[in-house]
Amino acid sequence: GVKDGRWTVLQLVEALGFSLENTDPRTRGRGIQLLSQVLLQCYSLLQEKEVLHLVLFYESRLQDHHLVVPSVLQGLRALSMCEMLSPGLAVSVLKAIFQEVHVQSLLQLDRHTVYSIITNFMSTREEELKGLGADFTFGFIQVMDGEKDPRNLLVAFQIVRDLIAKDYALGPFVEELFEVTSCYFPVDFTPPPNDPHGIQREDLILSLRAVLASTPQFAEFLLPLLIEKLDSELQSAKLDSLQTLSACCAIYGQKELQEFLPSLWSSLRREVFQTASEKIETECLAALHALSACLSRSVLSSDSEDLLDSFLSSILQDCRHHLCEPDMKLVWPSAKLLQAAAGASLRTYHHITRSILPLLLEQYTKHTQSSQRRTILEMLLGFLELQQKWGHAEEDESTLLLLQAPVCSVVFSALTDPSVQLQLVGIKALTVLGSLQGFLSSSDLELVVDHLIRLALHEEDSQSSEAAMEAAGSLAPTYPKVFSGRMVPRLEEELQSEREESYHNHRSLQQRCLQALAAVSTHTSIVRETVPVLLQHLQKVQKGTEAGNTQDMVSVCQSLHRVALQCQQDAEGCWYFHRTVVPCLLAMAVQAAMQESTHTLPGKALLEEEVLAAMIPVISAATTHLSPELAAQSVSHVVPLFLDGEVSFLPQNSFPGSFQPFGDGECLEAQRRLVALLMAFVCSLPRDVAIPQQEWLLRELLALSCSCNCPFTATTAAKCFAGLVNKHAAGQQLDEILQLAVNKMEPALAEGPRRTQALTLLLWVTKALVLRYHPLSSSLTDKLLGLLGDTELGPAAADGFSLLMAESPDVLHKGCHADVRIMFRQRFFTDNVPKLVQGFHRAGPDVKANYLKGLSHVLNHLPKPVLVTELPTLLSLLLEALSCSDRVVQLSTLSCLHPLLLEAPQIMSLHVDTLVTKFLNLTSSPTMAVRIAALRCAHALTSLPTTVLLPYKGRVIRALAKPLDDKKRLVRKEAVAARGEWFLLGSPGR
Amino acid sequence: MVGPGPGAAPLENANPLIYRRSGERPVTAREEDDELPDAIDDREIFDILIRSINDPEHPLTLEELNVVEQVRVKVNDAESTVSVEFTPTIPHCSMATLIGLSIKVKLIRSLPERFKLDVHITPGTHASEHAVNKQLADKERVAAALENSHLLEVVNQCLSARS
Repeated sequence: GVKDGRWTVLQLVEALGFSLENTDPRTRGRGIQLLSQVLLQCYSLLQEKEVLHLVLFYESRLQDHHLVVPSVLQGLRALSMCEMLSPGLAVSVLKAIFQEVHVQSLLQLDRHTVYSIITNFMSTREEELKGLGADFTFGFIQVMDGEKDPRNLLVAFQIVRDLIAKDYALGPFVEELFEVTSCYFPVDFTPPPNDPHGIQREDLILSLRAVLASTPQFAEFLLPLLIEKLDSELQSAKLDSLQTLSACCAIYGQKELQEFLPSLWSSLRREVFQTASEKIETECLAALHALSACLSRSVLSSDSEDLLDSFLSSILQDCRHHLCEPDMKLVWPSAKLLQAAAGASLRTYHHITRSILPLLLEQYTKHTQSSQRRTILEMLLGFLELQQKWGHAEEDESTLLLLQAPVCSVVFSALTDPSVQLQLVGIKALTVLGSLQGFLSSSDLELVVDHLIRLALHEEDSQSSEAAMEAAGSLAPTYPKVFSGRMVPRLEEELQSEREESYHNHRSLQQRCLQALAAVSTHTSIVRETVPVLLQHLQKVQKGTEAGNTQDMVSVCQSLHRVALQCQQDAEGCWYFHRTVVPCLLAMAVQAAMQESTHTLPGKALLEEEVLAAMIPVISAATTHLSPELAAQSVSHVVPLFLDGEVSFLPQNSFPGSFQPFGDGECLEAQRRLVALLMAFVCSLPRDVAIPQQEWLLRELLALSCSCNCPFTATTAAKCFAGLVNKHAAGQQLDEILQLAVNKMEPALAEGPRRTQALTLLLWVTKALVLRYHPLSSSLTDKLLGLLGDTELGPAAADGFSLLMAESPDVLHKGCHADVRIMFRQRFFTDNVPKLVQGFHRAGPDVKANYLKGLSHVLNHLPKPVLVTELPTLLSLLLEALSCSDRVVQLSTLSCLHPLLLEAPQIMSLHVDTLVTKFLNLTSSPTMAVRIAALRCAHALTSLPTTVLLPYKGRVIRALAKPLDDKKRLVRKEAVAARGEWFLLGSPGR
Repeated sequence: MVGPGPGAAPLENANPLIYRRSGERPVTAREEDDELPDAIDDREIFDILIRSINDPEHPLTLEELNVVEQVRVKVNDAESTVSVEFTPTIPHCSMATLIGLSIKVKLIRSLPERFKLDVHITPGTHASEHAVNKQLADKERVAAALENSHLLEVVNQCLSARS
């Protein structure tokens, strides 16, 4: 009644009068409880006067019997949320609570109420509370002293944080406030199992850390505590101390740290030198970094000594000599400490490198073994990378610049060392040096390029060669002139040379040249040099008659592809690449195809599936990132080329015949294959680029896909059709063309010589429509499901499910702007898996496997989390699938079961008997991949509850002895891992 | 009996020199070919059998401590023999027997039965080399040691996968 205003609170109080004044504390408690409940519901409606009276009433009740107090606090909490509270009342309430209530003897919930009251007042009555001065802080300290419950602690810590952050007067109570919070450090709390409150240890740690690291006033108390905990044995205490120290450094200055620096440093040093834990080491280094940064930040007052200098000097003193010890025992910990300090600021960097860099250079020359040199160079590299962080330093200050010559000579000597490992570090160092603006002189740069060329082309080890190419690629944008002027001509020369070396050497050198040309093409000006070289080489190979030139052409295409990817982001480079490469490739292909149509001449290799397949990604990558205007310009040339034989835009102008890829005639077989290049281009265009004569093109593609005898051409035409249909705007035109496709497919699927082609077309069109959630997709999918029962096409249809679900590399993926809905796989799963299961149960024994195969393809491509939630319902079917003799089904079923074993052990343990038997059987499959997967599953079985597994232990261990002697190493590896884990089951010490 | 873990006696060698771990063995095309057999070689034994064993005293693998090196692992697949030499971190390491036992157990569990195993200390690297070698070579003593559940526990701890 009070809520909707029919009653006033006053009336309620009067009505409750009897119980409020009753002598029995229980009755009184109930009365107050009722009143408090009402207030909690309608505190926002109270008038100022009412609030006043209520507050006075409640305050007086605080002295009441302990049974009554909880309800009184509830009422006060309600009142603390009132906006109508008159000034002064908040203070009076808090005073009353501080005086009358011994908070820590209350229950958890009631203590929480007290904290809520304080929090409420702090957020609304900040000024009034501050008027209390340090008394408020003291009162609160008494309230929270001895708190044990993690829920309350989180609130209490927040209050302390606010006290400090909002600048409440702490007065003489700083140490008390610190004591009352720091007694929880380091937090030792393990949430009870099934804890409904969900408070993690981490929450408390972070919350307490925020308190402790909130004010420099705590420093004199906190730092000794941190040092003490850091010196303890407990790993978690060390970690927490280190992280807290790092947090403190964000607000401390040198005044706070001064006294404790020596002991902090000695603790940190000890930990880094001795610890076996990577985590502690990382945190120590972070803390040292924070300390150094903090000291560098502190503004120096003229009279005090510069703490940073003395701090760094002590670090240097303790670490420096380790770098010189001949046994190099503590070099890494020392180097890491030095680097952590050096990374803190420019000042620390100079201070430390001034002393360390010359030392490292000297050590490098002193040691002669390449493994030791490598260690030293790696440390040097660490310092160089830090320099990168500071960017271009003023010249007179940089130690590095003074040492330019010796650093270069050390790095160059590493590059010529026979040890590959040392070379690799050298190459990395070179990359870093190159990125430091103005560090390398032009003569050094030429030397760098020469080294890179030598390593890239002639170094036997492929790791070094690849690293050199990478380095060239990353340095080229900084020094395009040097690379295009020096490296590209050298590579071109090598590529063209016809040395009479052994055939094999010559080929691998050419391969390296091609890779290097691609790798260095990371700047537009270089691309303009390398692309013509690559194209020229392609033409040369095409004219050659040597065996193996298929492989060479594929290599050129791979290099072109890499270049295309590298210049995609740069509009100018991308357009240059497109207008240079695409017409050239088309012209070469058209030329070759025409020659083939007239008479058999060289050039045939270019038309091999492998080569055409390698050109697809080149054209595709050159097209996807074009701006719509440029793409439209290009499409107006390419489509007429295929539809009308319009060759005029191609760079070559003398063609021996006409180009009619969609024409009839036996002799046009070769020309039809070039639909692959059309597909690469037209399916990669941005979606908003209009394709001229699209409907005509679609009809031609449709006809070709159903009528062509060559599987390559038919499949490509189907893919091209599907790629266009996927992007085609919805509407009547699309419906018509789809109807036409269905009309073509249905009779062809039913019977006749071209059932396979029709199935391929069906698969690709279905995929195109499934991806974009087109309504027709479900009827096409149903058709496909029907075909699973077909004895002839069934297996192919089952494999087709993999095509539907997998990402296809050349068309119908996000990269080529296809319309792909993100959840299409899940949707396909929900729509079709029940049908697959039904079909399986109804199917005859000869085609059952097809359904299983289809199912396993769908499951295999589902995201793992979805799989784990959905699979239990399919489990019995999957267990049946394990007995299927088809290895694709076996393999994918095993890979479905694997995550289930790990993530749903309870469900799986119900079937342990079947699983053990089936897995062990499959470990002797003739297929290596199945054996591996079965062993992995047998390994994963060990995550089921041990009691379930123990009865099988002996049997499994005996059975796994056999794959230990498998002829394949990869199988043995899995067997060893699985058997080792089974041995540990139920044994002590696991 | 020795037992690792916090609170135990101070480490004998608290600050060992730590060696870099070699990378994963790259998988070759040949290994992926279903038909061709791959012989068991030194690296394989080193890799899957020993690299993963932890030292009882340090949270490090025997590889990182250089207790086992690939050059000291010899395999002859045709004759079914394996010989492993291990080098204790210090000449008086009291853990030598335990380390040897762990290696031996790991090999027994991981190799086909046809193999004859020989695990011994690298000559000249331990004070009581011969005594330890003798214990490790004695089949019955090894079997008896594994009956001891406390010892088995420590061995299993060494063989458990890194957390």
